Amino acid sequence: MLDVLTVATAVAALLLAAWCGWAAYRDQPTKDWHFIGMAVVSLLALVQLVVGIVQLARGEKPEQGTTVFVAYLLGAVACVPVAGFMSLAERTRWGSVTVAAGGVVLAVLQVRLHDIWGG
Amino acid sequence: MAATGSAPRERRDTQNTPAAPETPETPETPETPETPDTQRTRLIGGPGMLLVWLYGVMVVGAVSRSAVQISTEFGHAPLAYSLSAVAGLVYGFITYSLVRGGETARKAALVCCAAELLGVLVVGTWTLVEPSAFPDATVWSDYGMGYLFIPVLLPLSAVYWLRKGSAGDR
Repeated sequence: MLDVLTVATAVAALLLAAWCGWAAYRDQPTKDWHFIGMAVVSLLALVQLVVGIVQLARGEKPEQGTTVFVAYLLGAVACVPVAGFMSLAERTRWGSVTVAAGGVVLAVLQVRLHDIWGG
Repeated sequence: MAATGSAPRERRDTQNTPAAPETPETPETPETPETPDTQRTRLIGGPGMLLVWLYGVMVVGAVSRSAVQISTEFGHAPLAYSLSAVAGLVYGFITYSLVRGGETARKAALVCCAAELLGVLVVGTWTLVEPSAFPDATVWSDYGMGYLFIPVLLPLSAVYWLRKGSAGDR
């Protein structure tokens, strides 16, 4: 797919993970700024979903199958927002840890997306 | 006669109250009926939230993976795909128990975590000893290496958390 976008999303996700990890280390819950960060990362994943669908519509085929590819794209979009909502329900450092874990999961999804698309 | 008969009985009654049959029950019985609806033991406070998140991710991962594989190429590696599906079900049940909370759910989740750990260890060893039985990987192959070893680490931390939860709350 778009390698630049994949790398950018992965790096942003890892930065978000580090940021929220730092908040958890300082025993703080997620704050407004963290949510803005989550929104940015989620937006990148959303752009990726759109780009992915456009590429599929133009007739390009992912190496490991369209279904798996779309499933991973949807998972990538849902990942950080879900973690964000869970951190709203858990106003302690553990909410921050959850979002940090969400960032790591998203980064892993990006690696897998890259594999599924086929290089 | 009546006086000698009643005196020891009364004394026994007063002694009984703090000690024998009734007292061990009284702290437990009111708690268990209270827990089901009004005040279930919250299992997702603090670190529990992280556990729910990770288990949720594993549910989505294992269930969707096995769904795709079973529907498209089941004949290729039936054993591996079925095991992935079972793993997904176990994860789903644990997640549900954690979210639901309460003493019964806590115990059920503990049992499932033990089953999960056993599954990871058995399947992990199995894939290493006899790779030919698994033409394709399962969630639990090589002790969950493809999933950052989360399948091994998760039940351990969950069992730790659930046991701690029981000691801390009461």
